[in-house]
Amino acid sequence: MERSTIDLWVGIFVVGGIAALMALAMKVGNLTSTNIGSTYTVSAYFENIGGLKPRAPVKSAGVVVGRVSDIAFDDEKKEALVTMNVDTKYHFDRDTNASILTSGLLGEQYIGLEAGGDTEMLKNGDKIKLTQGAVVLEKLISQFLYSKASEGNDKKEDTK
Amino acid sequence: MFDRLIKTVCGIGHRTIDRIIRLGFAARFFLYSLSCSGESIRRFPLVIREIYFTGVLSLIIILVSALFVGMVLGLQGYNTLQRYGSSEAVGVLVALSLVRELGPVVTALLFAGRAGTAITAEIGLMKATEQLSAMEMMAVNPIARVVAPRFWAGVISMPFLAAMFSITGVFGGFLVAVPLIGIDDGAFWSQMQANVDFHEDIVNGVIKSLVFGVACTIIALFEGYDAPPTAEGVSRATTRTVVNSSLAVLGLDFVMTSFMLHGGN
Amino acid sequence: MSDNIVEIDNLSFSYNNRLLHQDINMRFPRGKVVAIMGGSGSGKTTLLRLIGGQLKPKTGAVKIHGKIVHEQDEAGIYALRRKMGMLFQFGALFTDLSVYDNVAFPMREHTNLPEAIIRDLVLMKLHAVGLRGARDLMPSELSGGMSRRVALARAVALDPSIIMYDEPFAGLDPISMGVILNLIRSLNDALGATSIVVTHDVHETFAMVDYVYFVSQGRVVAEGSPDDLRKSELPFVHQFVHGEADGPVPFHYNAPDYRKDMLRGPNV
Repeated sequence: MERSTIDLWVGIFVVGGIAALMALAMKVGNLTSTNIGSTYTVSAYFENIGGLKPRAPVKSAGVVVGRVSDIAFDDEKKEALVTMNVDTKYHFDRDTNASILTSGLLGEQYIGLEAGGDTEMLKNGDKIKLTQGAVVLEKLISQFLYSKASEGNDKKEDTK
Repeated sequence: MFDRLIKTVCGIGHRTIDRIIRLGFAARFFLYSLSCSGESIRRFPLVIREIYFTGVLSLIIILVSALFVGMVLGLQGYNTLQRYGSSEAVGVLVALSLVRELGPVVTALLFAGRAGTAITAEIGLMKATEQLSAMEMMAVNPIARVVAPRFWAGVISMPFLAAMFSITGVFGGFLVAVPLIGIDDGAFWSQMQANVDFHEDIVNGVIKSLVFGVACTIIALFEGYDAPPTAEGVSRATTRTVVNSSLAVLGLDFVMTSFMLHGGN
Repeated sequence: MSDNIVEIDNLSFSYNNRLLHQDINMRFPRGKVVAIMGGSGSGKTTLLRLIGGQLKPKTGAVKIHGKIVHEQDEAGIYALRRKMGMLFQFGALFTDLSVYDNVAFPMREHTNLPEAIIRDLVLMKLHAVGLRGARDLMPSELSGGMSRRVALARAVALDPSIIMYDEPFAGLDPISMGVILNLIRSLNDALGATSIVVTHDVHETFAMVDYVYFVSQGRVVAEGSPDDLRKSELPFVHQFVHGEADGPVPFHYNAPDYRKDMLRGPNV
């Protein structure tokens, strides 16, 4: 076989391979959406994280603004410490409320950030004070039944 | 009776020792091939030629298989997912299973069957017909001239082949899900993009295929180089290439997957 | 330094604990064609590999141009091999290269000559073996004699000072055999090289070589010029030269007593 024919085919092969990798990155994966750009780290304590997993999205107003980087259990507070990386493009004030939400009825869980009114912004390493843990279905049902049964009693909030 | 028992035990022992010796020889062969790679870089056309034989000639089987694998995944995925009312997630299912597992693994298995056997048979025949000896006598190191270029060609080809397999498979899944079943085009892609992570899934898939490329190619080369210089020896070596490559790929896949999942959590 | 290009001194070699050669002494002077003869399996080819440095002797040494082969490092052995050409039993042509590229292979590997000069050299070598017209054929398209001639052209591509032939006549028809015989002699004289021919074809070889070593059971059993050996009364040489079935080289491979062996039954 002619040398140039081989070179041509190998060239096509390599171009095809690179194109496939690019297509995987752009079209199949989410390289373009959140993973590029620098991030800053904030953390928050949650009473219960439900089914939250590392790398779950952090969303604000439905837009992905970051990812959960680490989940740990704080032995002193007996609460979950969730660390997340937020894109430096986005700024949130110190009053921001973080809650663990579910996309759809059975979908994956994510952290929703809701802006507050403080003038100071969250910096790298800060903690979000206002949090709301995941809604656990069994708890919700038992609380609902309990509150029905003792209607008129002090209404307990189902969250902190 | 007792005699026979001792004979069996001795036989097992001998075979084990033989295996270990072969493994040691294979490891030495691998390291020596790496140390002889300078010439492959200096004379890159040698590698390009081998990429043609290992990579380009494997394309057809890889692409056709990928299309069918993707289409089957689409059908099966839809069949199961629609019971839970989440048939849009079929894109995620197809993409994740291809990018994470099937792309690298099936590519490596097909590569072992298509290119690996060809390499083993070629090197084995070169040895049997004294071409390797002739090269040595011409003061040309056959490891540097014959083995190393094929090794690098295999290592370079594999990730490209796996990437093309995955993307073709995703296209196959798309063909089944969107035009055939009628899932919404946008939901298919957006669900996929939201759930396939670049680092976690795609980069890990590429790492896997690189490792498989190293394993499959070196096994094929070693079996050829180590084959007894007879017709029977070469044909056995070819069989061993497929068996050992497949086992190595699946075993390595398990090890790497457990590391990757563990690292992610 | 003597005029012996290759010297083998007191060489012993064993393979898998089986002693193949014992106390071998041979001299290969410049400009001569020397044959090493012996029965099949007497380790003649192994001797060539020892000379080429592909195997290491147990004791003793092979000296080429006064240098001990097995004491050279890899680079040293490769440097020695550049002065050698070897014709393998069945040619050992590279099956994926054309005739032209096969002959050009050593030149391309070891020299930086421009392609135009390589072309001239390759055509010269091919012309010498009479196959200039076959340059575009692939090895699979050649007959046995032709591929042997191409391999010979490749072996002398870099004008070696030592040319080794491993069974150059095996499986050839009489015409091809005559061609190869003439080529061995004429190439040797043209290059001023030393040729070592490993063979068991007595009559063809005796007509062409200057000196003969007979090897049997790992030892040199006879040596001398072809004329001396033809007259030799040594039983082995007599058997070999005249092709007798039984003699010092027994018809039977080493085996226990026939009668006992048959009576022992299958339970070993």
